[in-house]
Amino acid sequence: MLPLLGLLVRAPWSQLLPQLAQPQVGEALRLSLVSATLATLVSLVLGVPIAWVLARSRIRGRSVLRALVTVPLVLPPVVGGVALFLVLGRQGILGRWLYETFDYTIPFTTTAVVIAETFVAMPFLVISVEGALRAADARFEDAAATLGADRWTTFRRVTLPLVAPGVAAGAVLCWARALGEFGATITFAGNFPGTTQTMPLAVYLALQSNPEGAIVLSLVLLAVSLATLLLLRDRWLGRSGVPT
Amino acid sequence: MSLRAHVVVRRGALLVDVELAVADGEVLAVLGPNGAGKSTVLRVLAGLLAPDGGRVTVGDDVWDAEDRHVPAHERSLGMVFQDHLLFPHLSTTDNVAFGLRTRGVRKAEARTAAARWLARVGLDGFGDRRPTQLSGGQAQRAALARALVVDPRLLLLDEPLSALDARTRLTVRAELRRHLAEFAGCTVLVSHDPVDAMALADRVLVVEDGRVVQEGTPAEVARMPRTDYVARLVGLSLLPGVGRGRSVELDCGGAVAVAEDAQGPVFVAVRPGTVALYLARPDGSPRNVWPATLVAATPHGSTVRCDLDGEVPLTADVTATAFAELGLQPGTRVWASVKASEVAVYPR
Repeated sequence: MLPLLGLLVRAPWSQLLPQLAQPQVGEALRLSLVSATLATLVSLVLGVPIAWVLARSRIRGRSVLRALVTVPLVLPPVVGGVALFLVLGRQGILGRWLYETFDYTIPFTTTAVVIAETFVAMPFLVISVEGALRAADARFEDAAATLGADRWTTFRRVTLPLVAPGVAAGAVLCWARALGEFGATITFAGNFPGTTQTMPLAVYLALQSNPEGAIVLSLVLLAVSLATLLLLRDRWLGRSGVPT
Repeated sequence: MSLRAHVVVRRGALLVDVELAVADGEVLAVLGPNGAGKSTVLRVLAGLLAPDGGRVTVGDDVWDAEDRHVPAHERSLGMVFQDHLLFPHLSTTDNVAFGLRTRGVRKAEARTAAARWLARVGLDGFGDRRPTQLSGGQAQRAALARALVVDPRLLLLDEPLSALDARTRLTVRAELRRHLAEFAGCTVLVSHDPVDAMALADRVLVVEDGRVVQEGTPAEVARMPRTDYVARLVGLSLLPGVGRGRSVELDCGGAVAVAEDAQGPVFVAVRPGTVALYLARPDGSPRNVWPATLVAATPHGSTVRCDLDGEVPLTADVTATAFAELGLQPGTRVWASVKASEVAVYPR
C-alpha cells in the first residue's frame, strides 16, 4: 500500500487537468483502451474454447495444452516479447512468410500491441473460465442434450450462461492485465506515440523527462485498477454475481 | 412392444447386461439397490452413454446397435432427473419451452405451449419465476412438464421423487401417476424405492449387480419376491427350499408346512405380521413352530419388528403391547409360529 500512498502524496493535483489534456496523454490513453479491449476480445474468442477443451474434453495432450496456455503467466513478459518477435518479426518463422506473401509486417504496429497483450493476458481468462466450467454442473449439459440440444446449442444456451460470471471476471482480469502490459509490448511492438505507445510505456518515458506527467499517468492507471477491483468485488467477497 | 433394449455396459468390475421391453403407454419401473446399474441403463436409453454392446430400438427406429449410436439430442425422448436440473439462468417457462426451441419451434409458440403445460402440472402463474424460486415439488413438476412438452416417444424418469420430502412426495407421486396414465409413449422409471415403483409402474424389473433378477407386475413382485433384496423391500422373509408335498425342506435346515402341494425347488415367503411369538412352546395345532432367539427389535409403526435367529431365520411383527407383555429383549429365547395357510410358496 505504501508505494501507492506515496503516489497519491506526490501527485501534482493542481496540474492534473492540464497534464491530462496533453495530446500525447490522450493518445496513449485511447490506444491503451482500444488495444486492451481488442486483446480481451481476441482472448475471449480464443480463450473460451480453449478453456472448454481443458475442462470438458478428454482429448490427449490436454496437459500439454494447459502448460502452453499458462506459460505466459510465469514467463517474464519481455521474454514473451522476444519470442513473439522471433516468430512474427520480419525475419521470424511466420513473419517472413507473411512479409513475402502479403508484404505485411506485424512488429511496431498496433496489431503487434494487441498480439503482445493477448499473449500475456489470455491465461488469466482461460484459467478463470476453466475454473467456472469445472465448477458448473455438467449434468445440465446432459439435460440439454435430452431436450434436443446439440453440442453447440448446449454450449451457447446452457454452458455459457451458467459460466457467464466466470467469463466476465476472467475478461475483466484479462483486460486489466492487458492495459498494464509493458515488457512484451515494448519488446515486440516498440514505443511509437500514436501506434504502439500505450499508457505504461508513456509513463516510463515521461518519468525520465517529466516526472509530474508520469505521476498523473500513473494515477490514471491506478484509478483503472481500482475500478477493476470494484467490478470484481462481489465475486471475491463470495457474493454470487448471478445477474437477474 | 415399442421400446426394446438390450443394454451391455462394462463399468469397472460391474458388467451391466439388461434386457427390457416396454409397450406404448406402459410404465416400466427398474428397481434395484444403489450401484446395481439402473442409472447406467437409463443413460444408455437416453443416448448419453454409448453401450459396449446390445441394441436399443424404439418402434422401427434403431437408436443403438453394433454400428450405430444416435446421440441424445436426436432421440425423441424426455428425461426427468432426481434433482430436476432446471436451468438456473432461465425462467420456468423458458425451461419448459427449451425442448421445443431446440426443435425449431418459434419462440412465441413454444412459450404458449410451455404455459399450457405448466398449467397442466399445476404451475399456472409460476412461469416467470426462476427455478431457484420454486419449491422442490414445484421444480419437479416443471421438470416433468419440460420433458413431456415435446410429446416424446420415450419418457425416462431417474429417481424423480427421491429428492422430495415425504409429504411433497406423496402428492407429486399421485400427480405423476395421473400424467403417466395420460402419456402415450413408453416410460422407464428408475427407482430404489419400492413404493414409487409399485405405485407408478405397470411392470417392475428388478436389477441387482447389473442383471435382471426378477420381472413382473408390482403385485407379483410384492407377493412373490425372488431375491433377499426384493423380499426385504416388500417386507417378507424369503426362505428357499425344496417342496415335498405339503412340506418344504428349507435350504437353511428345518421344514415348513404349507397349505398347497409343492414340488421341487421353491421359495417360501412369510409375512412378518403372520408370525406369532411365544415364550413357551405353544400347545395345539400349529405345525410350524421353531425355537429362535430375538436378535434385534425396532419400532415399526404401531408394531415392533423383531429379527429372529434360529434354524429358520424370520422376521416377526408383534404389537407393542404384546412385545411389552412378553418382556422381549434382544437375547430372549422365543418360539415362533406361523400357520401353514399363511405361508406363500411358489416355484424358484
